[in-house]
Amino acid sequence: MSTSSVAYAKAKAENRAALVGYLPAGFPTVEGSIEALTTMVEAGCDIIEIGLPYSDPVMDGPTIQDAVQQALDGGVRVDDVFRVVEAVAATGVPTLVMTSWNPIERRGVDRFAQQLQDAGGAGLITPDITPDFALEWIEAADARDLDKVFLVAPSSTDERITMTTAECRGFVYATAVMGVTGARAKTSDLAAPLVARTKQLSPAGTDLPVGVGLGVSNGAQAAEMAAYADGVIVGSAFVRTLLDNRSDEQAALKALASLTEDLAAGVRAR
Amino acid sequence: MTTHIHETTSYDADEFGWFGGEAEGFGGRFMPEALMKALIELDEAWQDAKADPTFVAEFDAILRDYANLPSPLYHATLLSDRLGVRVLLKREDLNHTGAHKIRNVLGQALLTKRMGKTRVIAETGAGQHGVASATAAAYFGLDCTVYMGKVDTDRQALNVARMRLLGAEVVPVPSGSGTLKDAINEALRDWVASVDHTAYLFGTAAGPHPFPTLVRDIVRGIGDEARVQAVEQFGGLPNAVVAAVGGGSNAIGLFTAFLDDEDVEIHGFEAGGDGFETGRHAATIQANDPGVLHGARTYVLQDEDGQTIESHSISAGLDYPGVGPQHAWLAKSGRVSYTSITDKEAMDAFALLSRCEGIIPAIESAHAIAGAIKIAPEVKERHGEGATILINLSGRGDKDMGTAIEYFGLGDEGAGARSDKHSGLGEAK
Ligand SMILES: Cc1ncc(COP(=O)(O)O)c(C=O)c1O
Repeated sequence: MSTSSVAYAKAKAENRAALVGYLPAGFPTVEGSIEALTTMVEAGCDIIEIGLPYSDPVMDGPTIQDAVQQALDGGVRVDDVFRVVEAVAATGVPTLVMTSWNPIERRGVDRFAQQLQDAGGAGLITPDITPDFALEWIEAADARDLDKVFLVAPSSTDERITMTTAECRGFVYATAVMGVTGARAKTSDLAAPLVARTKQLSPAGTDLPVGVGLGVSNGAQAAEMAAYADGVIVGSAFVRTLLDNRSDEQAALKALASLTEDLAAGVRAR
Repeated sequence: MTTHIHETTSYDADEFGWFGGEAEGFGGRFMPEALMKALIELDEAWQDAKADPTFVAEFDAILRDYANLPSPLYHATLLSDRLGVRVLLKREDLNHTGAHKIRNVLGQALLTKRMGKTRVIAETGAGQHGVASATAAAYFGLDCTVYMGKVDTDRQALNVARMRLLGAEVVPVPSGSGTLKDAINEALRDWVASVDHTAYLFGTAAGPHPFPTLVRDIVRGIGDEARVQAVEQFGGLPNAVVAAVGGGSNAIGLFTAFLDDEDVEIHGFEAGGDGFETGRHAATIQANDPGVLHGARTYVLQDEDGQTIESHSISAGLDYPGVGPQHAWLAKSGRVSYTSITDKEAMDAFALLSRCEGIIPAIESAHAIAGAIKIAPEVKERHGEGATILINLSGRGDKDMGTAIEYFGLGDEGAGARSDKHSGLGEAK
């Protein structure tokens, strides 16, 4: 069983959804991102996604792009990402890297996978590549039992959801809205039907967990999504908290902890 | 003259968009799942449309009656005298809106209508593709939003005004380098959120499958026309065909008709900026570093971590750190040779063509002219007296007058009579 499945199973045993938290590595600094992510773990995140800052993200909205640009301007490197993974994974929480494809391709798929495993990473979330174009990664991940988290979208055909869920390990990431990342005032009415379709089309017997992301920013929204999803994924809201408290590190961590607690209570209030 | 959009060559992609095969080749479709359905539908719609004689006839009629095509093939006798070879210019600068780009957008917009979508988005570097897209949107009655890097909106203000006049919304993109690649990112983001009713009119033969093939099919009329014209007007095929390569649409549009003519040499010229060795350039193929950018595996300007390196060129239309995947394959397979032209060489050629033929080319096209000047002695050596080079004059230079004024100091008192500052003006007289 892969590591994120363990966290999903634990949440399920407690009759709740898992809380999945995202921050890019190197934001506000490499050390700062380690501290922020460990704060999120301590305050109740069950799974951590660490963003690999990339110059040309397609799926990211302004909030995350802002943070990622700051990380890049600060000189963050791919090796720093593995350092952050190592530190966060050491807390015992399943830690995945969310990344655009080119940095993996540039390093060499096999080498990247090996470094990720050596750092204690659980696997990859790959927002800009689909299983039909990811054969090399699938092979490298299978050889190491790493999680392969691909995305499904409201626009996905049944055929593509079937194909995608067959290749996922750990969980499948359902994007609740048609659009890029960013906190939204209202949850999407596309999410629930997508989760239902995804569950129905997942390979029989695998019980592949479905995490829902894009737009969640508070406990009430998390509770709403936890009613039908196995995991609630939050990114921009965490990033926003750090952006809003740029000048005061202690205040930032405090705000991050209380947002996490609110969301953690949300996934328990399904 | 009818388009040959349904014809194939030995250098085409397979059904998954791979040029040269998945293992060693280029192309593919590296995209968010949210866009996969739209890309698959687009591919299917294009296969269906290009096989439909009604669609092809309608496209041909629009090109003829609205875009002023076929463009002439012009024997540039004065330039020929200078270079010692026969120079033929494919006059895409005479097309409606002033560049080869009009073909691409009319084809894609016609397809958009056929697919029942009501809005188009586009990205633009020099603004030519944006102007063409705004034009096509006006012609077909579609809503139009154009994304353009902030740096480019500043250096191509005239084209921004043209787009707005044509009814398009122009969105300056400040992120990243504020140039074409960032405009593409922003357009893709728009598309993720609007794909049900919006078509993305991709501006060059790059991006995820089917765009490299779709755009190539649509603009291949450049070469198809030139091939027929060369035979009819000059009694045979040229010895060499030459084009500038940014993303690669005007080049692939010219090259395609000649790919299976093994006797015809093919040359692509990328933007060398300050010079390839300085690192400040947009010579992506020459840099020879495969990666994935904007949905395709191709050559990419990137650092050790796979982060895109900003490109540099005096020409906004060539200022792109990627290149269409078919060009990557044509380079790797050896069918086409690609080298680069510096800003200075391009501006010299810009001045030369202006003075010697009375044609002010787009700075993009001036790269092709400069390339032809460079290879003329070898072509003559290989093919003897009467050797012919066919150059794609992809667009006219009106949009580049701001750059030219600054570069040559044309605003200065009596500048035209001087041969100082930059040699090109003096030499060309
Ligand atoms: C006149 C002209 N030629 C060439 C180009 C370069 O694009 P491509 O390489 O796709 O032909 C442009 C782009 O704006 C252009 O305006």
